[in-house]
Amino acid sequence: MKLKKLSGSVTALVLAVGMTGSAFVATTAQGAVKASAATSAADFGGMKGLVAACQKEGALNIIADPHDWANYGEIITGFKKAYKVKINEANPNGSSQDEINAANQLKGTSRAPDVFDLGQAVLYANMDMLSPYKVANWASIPASFKAPNGLYTKDYGGIMAVGYDSSLGTVTKLDDLLGAAFAGKVALNGDPTKANAGLNGVRMVALANGGTAGDLTAGVDWFKKLAAAGNFINVDPSPATIASGQTPVVFDWDYNQAAIVAKFAAGGKKWNVFAPAGALVGAYYNQAIDLYAPHPACARLWMEYVFSPAGQNAWLKGGSRPVLLDWMVKNGTVNKTALAALPALKGAPVIATPAQDKQASDYLAANWAAAVGTR
Amino acid sequence: MAQEMTMSNTDSASRGVSIRLWRKHSAYVGVIPFLILVSIFLLWPTYSVVSGAFQDSTGKFSLSVLKSVIKNPAHLTAFRHSLQVSAITSVIGSVIGALFAWAIATGKKDGILRRISLSASGVLAQFGGVMLTFAFLATFGFNGLVTSFFLKFAPHSFFGHPTWLYSITGLCIVYSFFQIPLMFIVFLPTVDNLKPQWREASDGLGGSTLEYWRRIGIPVMTPSFLGSFLLLFANAFSAYATAASLISQGSIITPLGISTALSSETGSNNPALAKALSLGMVLVVVFVMTLYTLLRRKVSKWEQ
Repeated sequence: MKLKKLSGSVTALVLAVGMTGSAFVATTAQGAVKASAATSAADFGGMKGLVAACQKEGALNIIADPHDWANYGEIITGFKKAYKVKINEANPNGSSQDEINAANQLKGTSRAPDVFDLGQAVLYANMDMLSPYKVANWASIPASFKAPNGLYTKDYGGIMAVGYDSSLGTVTKLDDLLGAAFAGKVALNGDPTKANAGLNGVRMVALANGGTAGDLTAGVDWFKKLAAAGNFINVDPSPATIASGQTPVVFDWDYNQAAIVAKFAAGGKKWNVFAPAGALVGAYYNQAIDLYAPHPACARLWMEYVFSPAGQNAWLKGGSRPVLLDWMVKNGTVNKTALAALPALKGAPVIATPAQDKQASDYLAANWAAAVGTR
Repeated sequence: MAQEMTMSNTDSASRGVSIRLWRKHSAYVGVIPFLILVSIFLLWPTYSVVSGAFQDSTGKFSLSVLKSVIKNPAHLTAFRHSLQVSAITSVIGSVIGALFAWAIATGKKDGILRRISLSASGVLAQFGGVMLTFAFLATFGFNGLVTSFFLKFAPHSFFGHPTWLYSITGLCIVYSFFQIPLMFIVFLPTVDNLKPQWREASDGLGGSTLEYWRRIGIPVMTPSFLGSFLLLFANAFSAYATAASLISQGSIITPLGISTALSSETGSNNPALAKALSLGMVLVVVFVMTLYTLLRRKVSKWEQ
């Protein structure tokens, strides 16, 4: 079982050392540590060593990374193309918690996830399941966007927004959505007791109605009104439901809507994205490595790729704000077209603290279903 | 014979005993794979749910999670909804399904209608889940075929504004589409078993049609009808995928609440809560299935 966690290149050596009875198994001829303990590419003797170690493993397991979420599709194909390594994708529409559950259930098997993409609440609750790693560009990532010990790195973020089919009218304030033109048309991306995007949608409405990042009462009350007006629908929006017209108004991250804007434009229609003034809600997703990753070298190579200009520009093209954006602007590696397409932020987005998340989550658990679910 | 053997050779005697034991119990050997399967997929999960419901997050015995379920109106409402949907759809399913079975049973025994109905019901009874939801969304969803038609000609009608589809009403209607065929399948043998001789005997003794049904037909079928009703109840009570694919907000029934407790990424993730909610469902199903077993005993008397 333990051998599985080692990269192929060192397996033979470890076996040999193990047979001589030595407990010290850390280094190979090139001075590299075993992949599951490596905390930077230097531990593999540089990027070349890391790539070789990953190619020996031959595969990477990712989970809950849908191709249409924040441009994951481009990242996945980009990684495969760059390193000729197979990627096994599991449960694309799963939640952050599903990722952790899978890691626990599949621990020790070759099917366990190698890397995580986690929302804040799940991240902080499961720090003991992560393996520290610092990417090559570590020093350029602002301090508040990474764990000092390398357990996680914030990766890409965006702001919450209302996207809508412009043929329904123009939305200039949230209360416009309570009108008859939006009957049976407004959807929230996920149940806020379950999904981050849903929770932050309610948070945005709360902020626009005098609430705070922790106190979502005003947001829940607003959705209650929306439901009472018959405008709120129970459908879980996806690019498919938007394309078919089932969910013509959606509360979701702006980066999930960039692709829809393009798709609508190609079809001669217009998808507008609206964020209410004074209610900018931001959040970052975090990349981290599973402590029991079955492909520890590939997991680390994935981190390097995601935080390289290629990976960061892919997020940017998808409409989200990559953590290394400022650094890429400075050194000229940024994709200028994608940067120009990114909407300017009117003010600083609110990013909730873990305590505010807890307060919001407890309130929703007790009140959300009664506000919208029970009729 | 056995005594003789004992006296002549104790060795062969014990072999004789073991052979007899083997003959007597060898039939049970065939059951072992089944027992293993049941232990892994039924007994062990049930044990883990029941024991987990009485533990706090550190694994110590505690009633705190069960108490939190009882204190939270959202969980209680969801549980009530689960019971409601199951009860309503089992009534709809069992009544319509039984009438349908009776209609088919009075027809030709190997007629084309009977064969088509049986195979169609066999498929439809298993049609629940995402496929069934999709069928309803394509028909009655916000941009379904029927909805689009009514929006054009009668925009303020029931069908023009289908929020009902995403509520308890919608669940009841959608569930009926697998409940009715299931009832038809499980109840048809009972109606088939109504022997024509009973009717002839009743007629011969001067009984009217009403008397035949009141004194013979209905009493004979009642245990089987109630048994089928309970089966439908358990079927609807445990359904998850249909509701999950139809309704994404508010955990309207308990199985959706369990799913939220297992996979919430916003901090509501709580496996102990999921187990406590499951315990409530296990208790209801155990109660229903016990009644069902008792009724089946009565039914099998008639069906021999």
